[in-house]
Amino acid sequence: MKNFVRLAQIASVSALLFAGACTSRPEVVATAPPPPPPPPAMAPAPAPLPPAPPPPRGPIPGSAEDFRVNVGDTVGFGYDAYSVQDADRATLQKQSSWLAQYPNVRVSVEGHADERGTREYNLALGARRANAVKEYLVSLGVSTARVDTVSYGKERPMCSESNEACWAQNRRGVTVVAGGTNS
Amino acid sequence: MKRMFLLFGAMAALFLAAPRPAAAQIAVDVTQGNIQPLPIAIPDFGPIGNDGGVAARIAAVVRADLERSGLFRPLDPKSFVDRVTDINTVPNFANWRVINSQALVAGALTVQPDGRLRVDFRLWDVTASSQMLGRQYSTTPENWRRIAHMVSDAIYERITGEKGYFDTRVVFISESGPALNRVKRLAVMDQDGANPIFLTRGDYMVLTPRFNPTAQMIAYMSYIGGKPRVYLFDLESGKQERLGDFPNMTFSPRFSPDGNRVALTLENGGNSDIYIMDLRNRAMTRLTNDPAIDTAPSFSPDGTQITFESDRGGSQQVYVMNLDGSNQRRISFGNGRNGTPVWSPRGDLIAFTRQAGGRFNIGVMRTDGSQERMISTGAHDEGPTWAPNGRVLMYTREGGGAAAAQIWSIDVFGRNERRVQTPGSASDPAWSPMIQ
Repeated sequence: MKNFVRLAQIASVSALLFAGACTSRPEVVATAPPPPPPPPAMAPAPAPLPPAPPPPRGPIPGSAEDFRVNVGDTVGFGYDAYSVQDADRATLQKQSSWLAQYPNVRVSVEGHADERGTREYNLALGARRANAVKEYLVSLGVSTARVDTVSYGKERPMCSESNEACWAQNRRGVTVVAGGTNS
Repeated sequence: MKRMFLLFGAMAALFLAAPRPAAAQIAVDVTQGNIQPLPIAIPDFGPIGNDGGVAARIAAVVRADLERSGLFRPLDPKSFVDRVTDINTVPNFANWRVINSQALVAGALTVQPDGRLRVDFRLWDVTASSQMLGRQYSTTPENWRRIAHMVSDAIYERITGEKGYFDTRVVFISESGPALNRVKRLAVMDQDGANPIFLTRGDYMVLTPRFNPTAQMIAYMSYIGGKPRVYLFDLESGKQERLGDFPNMTFSPRFSPDGNRVALTLENGGNSDIYIMDLRNRAMTRLTNDPAIDTAPSFSPDGTQITFESDRGGSQQVYVMNLDGSNQRRISFGNGRNGTPVWSPRGDLIAFTRQAGGRFNIGVMRTDGSQERMISTGAHDEGPTWAPNGRVLMYTREGGGAAAAQIWSIDVFGRNERRVQTPGSASDPAWSPMIQ
């Protein structure tokens, strides 16, 4: 019977939630969006300037983009499997070499599963895959402290069709440079 | 407590001048293999005073509850040849028999001087010309749907002999957005889909919410800050709290029947094992310890055992162990892979998800793994949850690929499979206990 009133309280609490969300959740690390870029300064009279040097082509070396484009961030897995496949060893070798070249960069390895597994099982399977990639990188000399892992189970597919080609894309480990963008 | 004053008289049984139940009365045996839904007449409740249409809405909710159960067939009010003018007089049963009704619910809503609502109703056995039940409930106007669900529960219980489950809620994940970047929000609603409330905004993913035994606390998994961990959400305060401080993923939480503990899975170095956290002192007890995936724990209702899934035998299967982790034994030996076991609140069955032949379906089996039967019929049905009476289940139905997830329900015998109304796409339902 208590819940007659509780229910009413729930409704009012929830209504307030959005307004009070930031203060009532101390665990939350709220990251403010970056400030908007300053508006371009308007030069009153555009004096002719010496030609600027041409901007460098392609990603900046050592950046997340450099890693993604020039090294390769993704490896695949067999169905319900989590061992690194032979075909992906070269990619992980390149990843470890790149990490040796940029020793201050940290990475997070995301483990993903296809839709053919229950939710919790796939979270565990994604963790196995992320850890398999991490262990491989560590075996190639990358410091274990530089590599985090995170499992997304089947929650972040690359491809949404129910066929083997799609499932194969979704069974993956993705090495993401810290501060870089998620795949 | 002030609360108790507010609640005074919320539920009082009425025994007015009416004949005692006759010997032979209508009943629905929910354990039968094949059920003809019981025809029942539920006219709009008589409004006494200016009710703003609530009386009619209460009767409509009762009709909808009973219809959804699959055990009743509420008759179209347009077919009625008589009406209830005074619930304190015996109805003219012949006028209800002629439309083939077997039961009649006569109700009245009174708006009391202080604004509170009072509902009086009687359940009549039209065949035996006798009263089966008379009750009165009162509450504040905004709780009118709860009164309707309590009336439904009383009727269901009187006629089936089983506890009702209509005055309950469901916590679930509300889904929106494109298939490749689904937005997932924590949400609660009444079991009939009414009163949905969103508890998170969708700026981080949430999964697998479960109620505690008082339905005031939710344990769930959140990716807030990019770190997937188990959190608690207190519905009364709106406060979210991370459960423990672990370097790796925690997931798949479920409360113990006494609400003092949460079983969960802790991942470490790629390996997942089951632990119990005591919420009173935050102490962790490890229950499984092997290199297999051990996850999806669910307590037996007496709190002495836990069912879980493990791939230690080579494929994902359902296991049972004692509360201290001893006597771990496999119980599922049917086709394919079997996981997400959930112990029935009655203690007699374990519901699970089977993956075989490219399909996912919900099944139930006895707690020793015997008498297994598959009940759901979708291509991808996953993650069962029990109504508190142990007679009905809900689960997630995925369309596969890009199709949006839905919540479906079915009774334990595989009858009455139907979609549950949700605000948009939804997954991961968890039924509340019976609200006390």
